[in-house]
Amino acid sequence: MLSFLAKRLLLLLPVLLLVSIIAFSLFYLSPGDPAEILLTGPQGPPDPAAVQEFREREGLNDPAAILYMRWLSKVAQGDLGYSYVSGERVSDAVLGSFMPTLRLSLISLLISLMISFPLGILSAVKRGSAIDCLGMTISLLGVSVPNFWLAYLLIILFALNLDILPVAGYGQEGDILHLILPAATLGISAAAVTCRMIRTSMLEALGQDYIAAARARGLPERSVVLRHALRNVLLPVITVVSLNFTYLLNGSAVVETVFAWPGIGNLMTRCIFSRDYPMILGCMLFLAFITLALNLLTDICYYYLNPRMRHEAGN
Amino acid sequence: MKLGTDLGFRLSICAIAALLLLAIAAPCIAPHDPERAQPELRLKDPCGAYPLGTDHLGRCIFSRVVFGIRISLFIGLVVVLISASIGMILGEAAGYYGGILDEAIMRLVDAFLSFPSIFLALAVIGFLGSGLTNLMLSLILVEWTGYARLVRSEVLSLQGKEFLEAARSLGASDLCIMSRHILPNILPSLLVMATLSVGYAILGAASLSFLGLGVQPPTPEWGSMMNDARPFIRSHPLMMIFPGTAITITVLAFHLLGDGIRKKLNPRSEWEKQLRF
Repeated sequence: MLSFLAKRLLLLLPVLLLVSIIAFSLFYLSPGDPAEILLTGPQGPPDPAAVQEFREREGLNDPAAILYMRWLSKVAQGDLGYSYVSGERVSDAVLGSFMPTLRLSLISLLISLMISFPLGILSAVKRGSAIDCLGMTISLLGVSVPNFWLAYLLIILFALNLDILPVAGYGQEGDILHLILPAATLGISAAAVTCRMIRTSMLEALGQDYIAAARARGLPERSVVLRHALRNVLLPVITVVSLNFTYLLNGSAVVETVFAWPGIGNLMTRCIFSRDYPMILGCMLFLAFITLALNLLTDICYYYLNPRMRHEAGN
Repeated sequence: MKLGTDLGFRLSICAIAALLLLAIAAPCIAPHDPERAQPELRLKDPCGAYPLGTDHLGRCIFSRVVFGIRISLFIGLVVVLISASIGMILGEAAGYYGGILDEAIMRLVDAFLSFPSIFLALAVIGFLGSGLTNLMLSLILVEWTGYARLVRSEVLSLQGKEFLEAARSLGASDLCIMSRHILPNILPSLLVMATLSVGYAILGAASLSFLGLGVQPPTPEWGSMMNDARPFIRSHPLMMIFPGTAITITVLAFHLLGDGIRKKLNPRSEWEKQLRF
């Protein structure tokens, strides 16, 4: 296990380095001079001499490679800099906004699995039936509908016409009502993708020899599906869950803006409009880090749950 | 099931043909100039002269939806064409040469994939500015990785095949082998992926435009039309519903087309048809 973990971590290093280079290059290529942005106040554009002096003092005139190294060593220590606009620490702002996103994502994940699991398995078992057709049609529609449109359809129906749920906002801490519509939006669109994946892996499992063997032994269909096929589907489902989570993070960028949910997607969009470059950079790096950590976690789960992989690693 | 998929495939071809026709003939079909504002006609409900009503500036929504097909298809096709070319070249190089080049390209792919896709697109736009060019650039940076991965694995699966050995023993150059012998073999799966991702690219462009970061007004684009409709959601929900329907139909058509092509090309679906549960 340790050697497996060490190998995975070692493989992550070049990727992390490339991630930081990509992020920094975008930052470096952005039009607009950080010194000018920082010094622009309510009184209008700053004095060119002051900008020049600021650049000298902060070392902004150094070559890109030096700037990158300096920035990287700060990031490695967990210092993501300060916001151009509010002046708060980027790491605090990013972490603070990630909590609402996490809360939303976990509830959406739950909704997505609650829809996609039964539907995917039923579609595979009753292949070609009306349920299968219905499931596949819904999932096809689900991946084609823009999630922000779905969000507004739900708002029109539940918040404006029926008036049973709030239109947008975060509400008080722990408020469930404000959570329902954004979570349903994200959950439904993620379920569309997941349902298909679960159906495919279930179909694959049902085509295996051991299923034929179980049938040949005269086991009832119920037991074949639930005890023999389903257990083998659980492993790919881990990938599904982790992909689902990334999918939800992606969806949150737009859906959070629609529902004015104070999450990381909303933060990033706001920062783009205010040209708050350190904040954008911080969000970007943080999300890459989360994704990589999640992938690592998935691999570890796989390793634990799949005896074949453990065996291979042991040799 | 067979009937269902065939029906979907045919429907998708009809839908895409209709979209192309509408896009080309937009000036003849649209009853009004999509960008002309007429404040005295603002927020009209659908009627004879304005089939889908007018927006907050008095522009004809139907004309804007029809002209929106042009820009969405343009973005979708250009993004897919460029990202597929980049992914194909890098993926083929990685798979064919292997070694350190493979390692370097694949780690770059991993790095790009570690940003959740829409956030990468957002960051590109955030740093480089909004607008059509940067919108397409951001979508290309998101999409090329998928092609690189697909092409690399396809090339690896062809490695050691006799026809490649034969070509090599006849003295074919690497470039010739890659373009004349390997490429035709990976083209089918590339085609399926490209068709599916036209839909994704259109969806991504609409999302970014909806946030106000893609195509800028007054250009008629479905995402930015929906952004315009946000303040009027209470009084004029139809303004939001029409462009959304257009996006859904277009994306759905490309999904069905991609699925249909895959089923036609993939022999495994034949095998799947034999199985009856």
